[in-house]
Amino acid sequence: MISALQSLGASTLAMLGALGRSVLFLLRVLLGLGELARRPRLLIQQLHSVGVLTLVIIVVSGLFVGMVLALQGYYTLVDFGAEQSLGVLVALSLTRELGPVVTALLFAGRAGSALTAEIGLMKATEQLAGMEMMAVDPERRIIAPRLIAALISLPLLAGIFTMLGIFGAYFVSTAMLGVDGGSFWSQMQAQVSFGDDVLNGLIKSVLFGLVAGWIAVFNGYDCVPTSHGVSRATTGTVVTTSLVVLGLDFVLTALMFD
Amino acid sequence: MTDRTASSRPDVLIDIRGLVFSRGTRRLFDGVDVTVRRGEVVAIMGPSGTGKTTLLRLIGGQLRAQAGQVNVDGEAVGSLSRRALYRLRRRMGVLFQSGALFTDLTCFDNVAFPLREHTDLPEALIRHVVLMKLEAVGLRGARDLYPAELSGGMARRVSLARALALDPEMILYDEPFAGQDPISMGALMKLIRELNDALGLTSVVVSHDVEEALSIADRAFVLSEGQIVEAGTPAELRASHSEWVSQFLNALPDGPVPFHYPADSMADDLRTGRDQ
Repeated sequence: MISALQSLGASTLAMLGALGRSVLFLLRVLLGLGELARRPRLLIQQLHSVGVLTLVIIVVSGLFVGMVLALQGYYTLVDFGAEQSLGVLVALSLTRELGPVVTALLFAGRAGSALTAEIGLMKATEQLAGMEMMAVDPERRIIAPRLIAALISLPLLAGIFTMLGIFGAYFVSTAMLGVDGGSFWSQMQAQVSFGDDVLNGLIKSVLFGLVAGWIAVFNGYDCVPTSHGVSRATTGTVVTTSLVVLGLDFVLTALMFD
Repeated sequence: MTDRTASSRPDVLIDIRGLVFSRGTRRLFDGVDVTVRRGEVVAIMGPSGTGKTTLLRLIGGQLRAQAGQVNVDGEAVGSLSRRALYRLRRRMGVLFQSGALFTDLTCFDNVAFPLREHTDLPEALIRHVVLMKLEAVGLRGARDLYPAELSGGMARRVSLARALALDPEMILYDEPFAGQDPISMGALMKLIRELNDALGLTSVVVSHDVEEALSIADRAFVLSEGQIVEAGTPAELRASHSEWVSQFLNALPDGPVPFHYPADSMADDLRTGRDQ
């Protein structure tokens, strides 16, 4: 009993400690951003490895999520004779929720885990310590470009995910389900508002980008520098990012849409 | 601090006074004094786990001492601002035990890394400098290899070339001989001594390889239980009357340092039946 309480207390303290370290870490990285502005090359390299290399999974998932949404939506709507609204249903689901959230979850699995593993291994092999002793600050040279790349990539990827989802839904609706293409687009145009739906979706994905990037780089930087520690940090990145994104999404949705 | 401390003497580069450092509940250093004069090769020896690597990290400012002074060229490392610390580090080269080479860069790019980070030299000039540094460690021909394609000794030599890239005043070596075959050991020993003399460096070699370290060092310190137990030239150390030092230098399995890690009596351990 006592030992159960003890371990509960210890893990709570450890969690709070990590939270505090991660906030300080984020502040240090953000304060060191000036150097990145002088060397955009570092950012471009990371945009490639964090963003461009994640594109395949985003494109394929976006298409399929849109196609499935169209099928499922059609079977419900057709009972009410409202299948012309399929475009609205798909576009709203994707811009408000599925685009940002599913992209963030896929991003955590593809790019976040890779970032954590890369940074963790650099720590385990003393590359970060070596860099520090060469008077190069790894927080500016390694961490900052990766964090900012995640912050920029995720909204763009979410946008691509949403657009391809809508396109997939259009394809399924018109080619398979016989929905009129003109009303698919015109209803969508009439019902989806830029300010409420698209912009809020964008805000969500920017926040998710910050969260996903932050968790990924912090877990790598803070990991126990052994093979077991790196593997735990990598798993931790995917799990924590997914949970935080889902929780944050609920809060944001409650605040944004009424 | 009185003005008679060694750090005010111009010939002293690294001056450690009354250093105290604990990790967790373990006190790694308990009043350690080390002075390193300009131009000499100093060996710091001691059994594994006495915190020799930690001492290098304290000199490099990656760790801060809980008490005492670590002065490098008259500057107290522990109280420097980040900017001043980074300026000081440019004058230091560190050779890590693992080499700490960047695994996704070739040898050439590894050596070029500090130059590209800290200077605006044109690429043609960087190429000249890198090739010169690689030539100095005998690995100009290996410049296009990746660290994974190098042997352990070669990786350490590339790492040494990288540490030399910015023409530092001092080089800190962390266990340079550990796990090396006799040939690369000989090459490293020759390099450490010759580079030190040819380039006018100051070298600190942390090692538990007694023979190798003593054969290239001008002076040596022996660390044990958080304190310097013996210091002096290699000849003075060999003549030491301390039982501990002679056990260490002559590699005897038992002596003042027991063969067994401290534990309760074996009989008690067996009787209790399980670990608590």
